[in-house]
Amino acid sequence: MRLSTYTARRTFYAIFTLVGLSILVFVLARVLPGDPARMAAGSTAPQWVVEQIRKTLRLDKPLYEQYFYWIIDITRGDLGYSIYTKRSVTLDVMQYLPTSLELILLSAVFEIAGAFILGPIAGRYSYKWPDNVIRVLCYAGISLPAFVWAIILQLVFTFWVPIFPTQGILDVAPPPRLTGMTTLDSLIAGRFDAFVDVLRHMALPSLALAIPAFTQDARIIRSGMVENQGKDYITLAISKGLPQWLVTSKYLLKPSMIPAVTVIGMSIASMMGNAFLVETTFNWPGFSKYGTNVMMNKDLNAIIAVVLVIGIIYAALNIIVDIIVANLDPRIRFVEKGE
Amino acid sequence: MKIKLPEKLASSAVLESVRLRWFKFKKNYLSVAGLIITIGVILVTLLAPYIAPYPAHAGFYMNLEESSKPPSLEHPFGTDDFGRDILSRVMFGFQYSMLMAAVILLLVIPPGVLLGLIAGYYRETWIDQVIMRISDIFIAVPPLVLALAICSVLTPSVFNSMMAVSLMWWPWYTRLTYSVASALKNEAFVQAAETMGASPLHIMFREILPNCLGPLLTKITLDVGWVILIGAALSYVGLGAQPPTPDLGTMVAQGGQFIPQLWWMTVFPASAIATIILGFNLLGDGIRDMFMEETM
Repeated sequence: MRLSTYTARRTFYAIFTLVGLSILVFVLARVLPGDPARMAAGSTAPQWVVEQIRKTLRLDKPLYEQYFYWIIDITRGDLGYSIYTKRSVTLDVMQYLPTSLELILLSAVFEIAGAFILGPIAGRYSYKWPDNVIRVLCYAGISLPAFVWAIILQLVFTFWVPIFPTQGILDVAPPPRLTGMTTLDSLIAGRFDAFVDVLRHMALPSLALAIPAFTQDARIIRSGMVENQGKDYITLAISKGLPQWLVTSKYLLKPSMIPAVTVIGMSIASMMGNAFLVETTFNWPGFSKYGTNVMMNKDLNAIIAVVLVIGIIYAALNIIVDIIVANLDPRIRFVEKGE
Repeated sequence: MKIKLPEKLASSAVLESVRLRWFKFKKNYLSVAGLIITIGVILVTLLAPYIAPYPAHAGFYMNLEESSKPPSLEHPFGTDDFGRDILSRVMFGFQYSMLMAAVILLLVIPPGVLLGLIAGYYRETWIDQVIMRISDIFIAVPPLVLALAICSVLTPSVFNSMMAVSLMWWPWYTRLTYSVASALKNEAFVQAAETMGASPLHIMFREILPNCLGPLLTKITLDVGWVILIGAALSYVGLGAQPPTPDLGTMVAQGGQFIPQLWWMTVFPASAIATIILGFNLLGDGIRDMFMEETM
């Protein structure tokens, strides 16, 4: 199977899954107890207002018809009206999503760096002291969830050793908004003070997101390398006199990359979930903080939109990961062909 | 038709394999440490009402004279803003976390494994497609996000958050069982059973399922940690257990408001979460290594 066919097929599955997700979320939002019209109107509104809203939101129609209208609205880019921010959910998504994405991008950088520094060292010196130290560190890393790391980092690096700002995104005047990513906007506007300030605000939350992730990845890289160590082709590579660094990087590390890339991709995708708590802790004005706020306010349209947007990002990342893995490991493409 | 080993021989073979696995398990100090931590956590869970220094502090209790005290001999983990002993609350917090993990896993494993077995057995038929595509939908977003979304529209409570997490968790068991089952489908012993006219039920439960036990056991052990973590996360944003329930996530969240002055309010419950997760992770890794040979 050609890579393009493979990609097309993965994309088709992803779209199928997303349609399923949209049905699931829609049904859950309608079936779960609570009257959306009453929620939208507020608890003090008179009954006729609630009925009016029920009509305009088409909540009086049968469920499949509601879903149909809802999907049509979505394809037009209309995600409905948020009762929390009192404006279109689409606008909210456009405002908050880039802020979260830049945070997650930095976390991804931390994650990949951490994984590919710690993992190979532990694998190369397996069962010696560097490995033991790294393994203990990794156990500590995965034993604490991202939100606890957030609190610990906040406590240590903003209060006890105050070298980073406690919360928020900027202490200086914001740069003009173009992309929505404050880092990019500052660079475009030539505002290096703002750029450095954003990075200082981003450092701790993105590190909190990255720590549980890269410790997990490092473990996977290590165990892959340890598993391959006894293999015949490694013995051959060593006995024909290849330098140790080449054996490590090319023959030990590369086969271990395949599971690692899958897990890294998955964990970058699930950072969207962990960010819910981390952004709240650091008061980072991103999409996940928005998600937490709309959830606390039972703002159904916005909740559905948040889940769907995250679903789309998740699906896209998974496709990218699958393509990378298929590139690294031709066996996958051949297996697909055989079926 | 069934070939039966003589009773005595069969039981001694089982005993032998158990002994061999235990030998492999205890060679690794980390696994043994995990086992000890896990047993410790379970003991604290069971004995919390008897060993907690101030059992009354688990619920709604107020003693403002004792409030916000740093760790001391009297209160090794300090006291919170209501004057409650944090050590006692952490011990009861273990109860909530473990209860949550137990209920969720009991709800999730039977349907998850069953669906995985069926899909794996009927591999490459429409049954496989239907089951696996539905399970894909449930893992199309991080479990935390959907669990949060569901909890947000329900009244926040321990029960509702358990339901929400369960709804998100079964596909992982389906996937795991499916991957093992569909690989075993073409193994000689399964085909032999098929040729002998064994029923699909017999093949699924007697031939395939026993071979899934290693990976399943590993996943269950590791999942105890993850489920507790998600439960704590839900409580942390206020969508899970509600105060004054001594839930570890809730305690971390409440303590967070008093950072940095009352750091002990967060640090100790957080370390408690870490202890549980660490214990089960070490144990899970040990179990995985123990079954490594058979599953690889």
